[in-house]
Amino acid sequence: MAGHWRPATLLDHRREAATARTLVLHVAGWPGHQPGQHVDLRLTAEDGYTAQRSYSLAAPTSGDTIELTVQRVPDGEVSPYLVDVADIGDRSEVRGPLGGWFIWNTDQTTPVMLLAGGAGIVPLMAMVRARRDQHSTTLFRVLYSLRCPQERYYTDELGHHPHDDGLEVFFAYTRHAPPSQPRPPGRLTPAEIATHGLPPDLAPTCFVCGPTGFVESTADALLALGHHPRAVKTERFGPSKGSP
Amino acid sequence: MSVFSRGFRGRRADSDTHLPPGQYLTEDFPVLTAGPTPRVDTDTWTFTLTTETGRSQSWTWKDFLALPQEHPHTDIHCVTRWSKLATDWTGVALDTFLDKVDTAADYALAYCYGDYTTNLPLEDLRHGQAWIVHEFDSHPLPPEHGGPARLLVPHLYLWKSAKWIRGVRLLDHDEPGFWEQAGYHDYGDPWREQRYWGD
Repeated sequence: MAGHWRPATLLDHRREAATARTLVLHVAGWPGHQPGQHVDLRLTAEDGYTAQRSYSLAAPTSGDTIELTVQRVPDGEVSPYLVDVADIGDRSEVRGPLGGWFIWNTDQTTPVMLLAGGAGIVPLMAMVRARRDQHSTTLFRVLYSLRCPQERYYTDELGHHPHDDGLEVFFAYTRHAPPSQPRPPGRLTPAEIATHGLPPDLAPTCFVCGPTGFVESTADALLALGHHPRAVKTERFGPSKGSP
Repeated sequence: MSVFSRGFRGRRADSDTHLPPGQYLTEDFPVLTAGPTPRVDTDTWTFTLTTETGRSQSWTWKDFLALPQEHPHTDIHCVTRWSKLATDWTGVALDTFLDKVDTAADYALAYCYGDYTTNLPLEDLRHGQAWIVHEFDSHPLPPEHGGPARLLVPHLYLWKSAKWIRGVRLLDHDEPGFWEQAGYHDYGDPWREQRYWGD
């Protein structure tokens, strides 16, 4: 499944926030992937020194082109290069796709709840985009917890796209809300998950992605609301992200 | 052909730090699991060994704490590329449990509260290479790190060190576990960089 290291060339980049950038990479012979999967990316310095990290795929398969959204980790080794230095035409290597568990199957018609904490929105955005590409009418609810409007990714797209019928997005700002938001800043609560998410009766598949604290409290809340443990799939962002 | 990343210099680790290939050092203790964290009560906790003939033996939490306790001091390596050096644990060697059962099995499948499984050759659980641990840094193991008790097999990638351990089935054949069925390597030796299928 993982295959070998493939040369990658940066085709384009888009700023998502002060600390994050989407990279569009051409990867020769890319075998395709499913929404929710990730890749390993390797950088090689001129003296041969290498460093590797895992990053989530932010968009569904599109030929030999993949999109990653990378958040700059303070004191990071690889992410500052990807977020602030790499330019169009620059080279790296990619291995993947990786991860066989945190995946949304586009044929699946059972409802889906996506719960993101900060940069945890990235693999979930791949699911939102795959749903749109496939003209799927599967019921989707996105609950996006983030510190402030400046840290919001995919601002012009998520929750605004004309072809996202049946998909609703709830934003839970934890520190500073935009003036238009009546909700005072604070953590995403179980009551909000119940109100803006989907009830256990519909047996939605729940994808939870974000920092450990967010994933722990959100997964606990889902169980307390009556969702089945096996319906709750989690992925955590530590210093590195990935599956096991 | 080498592919250089223009302008990338990287941050070299200290030369006296010896890490498996493709790993980097972390001072944190990241948490990685596939689902919600099970809350396991030590009043009802048991650890069960089942042999290939179907015989089983179980230990309660009290039985477990009464067994000889060891203090492994070891490096740990996660397949998501972080390594943490010189970690301290308290627990019981798998040898102590295995000495109590009669088995000729070659393989083992660890299973957990929360349905996680992982497979290993039985040989890798013997000879002071594996423990059921209940303390990290002299404190009870927190639930997100696998408490009340987890398997610790530090010479393999950490997904083999199953959290919330409930038992081990001894088998005469290899039976891939949760991540091993989802694209990760069957054995998982960090020094041979056995991360994924085909490595």
